Amino acid sequence: MIRLEIRGGLGHRARAVTAQLPFLGLTAIGTCEATAVYFLDADFDDDALELLCARLLRDPVTETAAWMRDPRDHAGSPAAVEVARKRGVTDAEARVLENALVRLGLPPARAARATRYEFAGTPGEADLHRIARDLLCNATTERYAVGWLQPEFEEGAGHSSRCETIPVRDLTDVLLAALSRDRSLSLSLDEMQTIRRAFRDFGRDPTDVELETLAQTWSEHCQHKTFKARIRFRHEDLQGRPIGTETIDGIFDTCIRAVNHEVAKEWLVSVFEDDAGVIRFTDDLDLAFKVETHNHPSALDPFGGAHTGVGGVVRDVLGVSARPIAATDVLCFGPPDLPDAEVPAGTLHPRRIREGVVRGIGDYGNKLGLPTLSGAIVYDRGYVNNPLVYCGCIGVAPHGIHPMGAEVGDLVVALGGRTGLDGLHGATFSSADLAEDTRETQGSAVQIGDPILEKGLMELLGKARDERLYTAVTDCGAGGFSSAIGEMGSELGVEVHLDRIPVKYPDLAPWELWLSEAQERMVVAVPPARLARLQALADHWEVELSILGKFTGDHELHIRHEGRTVGRLPMDFVHHGWPRPELNAIHREPSTRAPAGTPWTDGDQALKTLLTHPSVSSKEAVIRTFDHEVRGGTLVRPLTGPCQDGPADGVVFEPLEAAGSGRAVAVAQGINPMLGLHDPYAMGGAAVDETVRNLVCAGADPDHIALLDNFCWGNPTLPDRLGALVRAAQGCRDAAIALQAPFISGKDSLYNEYAGEPIPGTLLISGIGIVPDVDRCMTAHAKHSGSLLFVLGDTRAELGGSLLHSLYGLSGGTPPVTKAAFRDRYRALHGLIRSGSVLSAHDASEGGLALAAAEMALAGRMGMELDLTEVHADPWHALFSESNGRILIEVDPEAVGVVTEACRDLPLLRLGRLGGKRVLMRHNGTVHVDAAVEALTAYWRGAEL
Amino acid sequence: MARPRVLIFHSPGTNRDAETLRALEQAGAEAEIVHVWDVRTGTVSLADCRAVVLPGGFGYGDALGAGILQALDLTTWLQDAVGTFVEQGGRVLGICNGFQTLVKSGLLDGGCEPVKPGNRAVTLTHNERGRFECRWVHMAPAADCAADWLQGLSMPIFCPVAHGEGRFLTRGSDTLNHLAVQGRIALRYVHADGRAAAGSYPHNPNGSVGDVAGICSPDGLVVGFMPHPEDHLLRRHSPVPVPVDAMGLRLFEAFVEAL
Repeated sequence: MIRLEIRGGLGHRARAVTAQLPFLGLTAIGTCEATAVYFLDADFDDDALELLCARLLRDPVTETAAWMRDPRDHAGSPAAVEVARKRGVTDAEARVLENALVRLGLPPARAARATRYEFAGTPGEADLHRIARDLLCNATTERYAVGWLQPEFEEGAGHSSRCETIPVRDLTDVLLAALSRDRSLSLSLDEMQTIRRAFRDFGRDPTDVELETLAQTWSEHCQHKTFKARIRFRHEDLQGRPIGTETIDGIFDTCIRAVNHEVAKEWLVSVFEDDAGVIRFTDDLDLAFKVETHNHPSALDPFGGAHTGVGGVVRDVLGVSARPIAATDVLCFGPPDLPDAEVPAGTLHPRRIREGVVRGIGDYGNKLGLPTLSGAIVYDRGYVNNPLVYCGCIGVAPHGIHPMGAEVGDLVVALGGRTGLDGLHGATFSSADLAEDTRETQGSAVQIGDPILEKGLMELLGKARDERLYTAVTDCGAGGFSSAIGEMGSELGVEVHLDRIPVKYPDLAPWELWLSEAQERMVVAVPPARLARLQALADHWEVELSILGKFTGDHELHIRHEGRTVGRLPMDFVHHGWPRPELNAIHREPSTRAPAGTPWTDGDQALKTLLTHPSVSSKEAVIRTFDHEVRGGTLVRPLTGPCQDGPADGVVFEPLEAAGSGRAVAVAQGINPMLGLHDPYAMGGAAVDETVRNLVCAGADPDHIALLDNFCWGNPTLPDRLGALVRAAQGCRDAAIALQAPFISGKDSLYNEYAGEPIPGTLLISGIGIVPDVDRCMTAHAKHSGSLLFVLGDTRAELGGSLLHSLYGLSGGTPPVTKAAFRDRYRALHGLIRSGSVLSAHDASEGGLALAAAEMALAGRMGMELDLTEVHADPWHALFSESNGRILIEVDPEAVGVVTEACRDLPLLRLGRLGGKRVLMRHNGTVHVDAAVEALTAYWRGAEL
Repeated sequence: MARPRVLIFHSPGTNRDAETLRALEQAGAEAEIVHVWDVRTGTVSLADCRAVVLPGGFGYGDALGAGILQALDLTTWLQDAVGTFVEQGGRVLGICNGFQTLVKSGLLDGGCEPVKPGNRAVTLTHNERGRFECRWVHMAPAADCAADWLQGLSMPIFCPVAHGEGRFLTRGSDTLNHLAVQGRIALRYVHADGRAAAGSYPHNPNGSVGDVAGICSPDGLVVGFMPHPEDHLLRRHSPVPVPVDAMGLRLFEAFVEAL
């Protein structure tokens, strides 16, 4: 065995570690030095090792290399920590090194990697363990040693290939529940009883393969049981008197799908039918959009969780035959300055979660060549144990190219990565609460991805699609092959041979092969005559192809392994056999009485409090680690203004594929969990309205906007959690109908609880809109001195659930509402943008007009003098009320006539004039805000990473 | 005049090939994306092309360091094809990951001695601030640059960088002087008005010595740089109003004209 140490190249990593040491209270141990360590299971001579270092491992300008055959020869300090990935966790770099050895003419050998951290101040062993645990090593996917680490080379994991029969027919209810818990099936007693009943009918007991298949297919993650459940909903007023009691026949049908019955748009292509929603874009092209969550994995391993979150949603878009062209990310974290003592056991510090998540999203998206364009970050204590990671992907496809479905005789073909123990039980794990010991018990549910493998899949599937080589395609996500193949064959029946699945190492049990959620795998249905061509393309793009079985037409799921049947179930039972849950929900309306008095007496101070809050302040340090320029079509960026550092409402890009169409795509989000804590119904409406407004402010046509819903919630079997979820869903339904924006896709993530504490119920609405003229995109920053600022939309006393209330710890008050009348405003504004009559447009939402105007000013480095007397009689409502449906617009004095004419029947109010270097806001003769643009900019940029 | 033929190499992990194709076509070239596999097997010949472009991306995931494995391709599988092409006066342009590849392969080196991959005197390493960064920068041709086609560009080129390992470093300060004397510094990071960035962040976005954004071979035929002019081909691509539109396209036009 050879140990190679490469010194000098990881200075950036060492500096980052050194900078984190004070957060652990370990200032005395000095600076960190980081070294790359490679292990080779070989006996190369010095010439071979010198060749290896010269060609591959050592940078001659920045690095030195040393090697030793006996680790005891090591000369370095024992005051060190060495970290390596656990066996079975994807390590693309070690595999690449193994391949490269052969390229250099060296004998084949197994390779492993580690990173060594040495500390100048020679800390004691206890401190080293603390640094390792709290800073350097994530126990979910990594292991460490103090001193020197012994390598583990990838090899057989030692699992049996035996298939077990699980006796369930004679189990009592208590034992059924215990079985579900012990095998991490996440099945309810009702569901276990259904399985027991079915197998009594079949006259046999299930195999482990069958039981696991049912657990995956019936999981909340795969079936969205809560959104399909029948719910008895009791709606109460503030005093607990019933406002109404109703039976909700499925949230999905009554709140989400119901919108699309009311909002018929001829440009909808595929809605809630496939892996992603699809709309028309140009005469020849469609757009696909999907947003997924990867919350539980990101809580355990922030880098791996976010990494594979991006990978998964990209495959969803590949699953509708679209080419991925952009990514989005919306993140919710605990406060970055949370004292260490308040971080619960088993939970990572929010700072560490943020660092890993941001790095994971950037690494995957950047390497795939997707611009990560649009996003948001929300900070609140409610996300300390359950961070939220929403990953989105947009794709483009020629209209009508997505094939209609597999036919009898088509082959089941797997493409991409090999299967291992990674990601077992992901679907069931994400359908349960997190707990202190989750890291140890469910570590295998988290994986690390290989974006380059996925890039190859993207290229291959694009060619295969254009040559119409497949009749159906789906991604291997939660549940692995069991979900992908099971779903694909649900109409026809399918026969699968597990022993044909390519594996990373031998001896996986059949159920493990079937359920593994190893990354970067897709399944396609291929007519036998087209297989040879697909194989040739797969060879070209270096993607592994294997034929796992065929579609039979017998409506059975038939699973075979090494010549034996290990599972055989009717498709109808697999997909529709689960009992529809009946749930109870209660919601009590919040107090609309405004809190007595106002704790803020100074508008300047309140504005500063808003601007410096981490949810509001600049996200530039995160945004710049994502490539938002790749593909060369970005038109409105997440950072705008003359200094390219101001906030943007929506982003706009022109896909390469649509060159010459004159059209572009706008993307934006709405998310307001603080409002949801006050009134979830109002949150649903505000999220929809803010999304639509953001898109219109970027130049999108308000009549060509589609929405996606992503609910992240607590345990839905508890009536109060579910009651709030019902109200949020009703809120977004009513707003989407009011604004005539249909839903095209959605996904929920429930059970975001820790020790009985749920996250704030969080609804993310993502929107995609068509910008009909690429040269008429709009931005929010103030443009010209001397131009006039108007507000389009009326302001009411709606501070209930506002950001200001939450920052000052107030409750009560009237929340904002969403009205159909807003549509006329958005259409009028869009017309003005199309005719070039508006210089800038910015939506007013959290923080009210005061914050929106301040953002325009700081982004444009431009002062303004505003009089808000006519906005509302109460100065604090004029400044900070969060009424929906309002947009600030900057107008050239010469265009005022055009603008007032276009808005003659709409609430349009002139607020003042742009110019100078100060922001002044008056109300009834009193100056409430008087601040230098420079100071506002500093507040806003100050709370960065 | 016939449009000169330019081949764009695609390796596993290449991702700015499509926009580079668009830039070269708009600039007047007949451009085609070819998989390095096809170059290796001889399915695609370099005989009738005037230039090879190595575009941006993350070849092989940048495992073992940016550009390292694509450099291994260049010095093993592709050595005959590309070596012959360069010896016969073909031009090679490397952008971002392509530049990293040219440097790591020894095709673009700064030393005085004959180059072996293990003893090159220049490198591209992790950004001084330790992370990937995407932002618009200005770069201007260096005086007396051997790649004379760059000299005709009157204004600094405004375009984005998007990289984690773009910091240009040399072994010893002599190397930098040596490069300058030989006319081998192609492009430097500058302010919008053309003043030297003088190491100041973010004008010099990654801490490169001498503000070096790109270098070239002594005969000027092999050129590499980190920024992405292929992302600024139209007025609407620029994040802020600029005095001259589409400076990125101007760079590609100058390149194609020189072929």
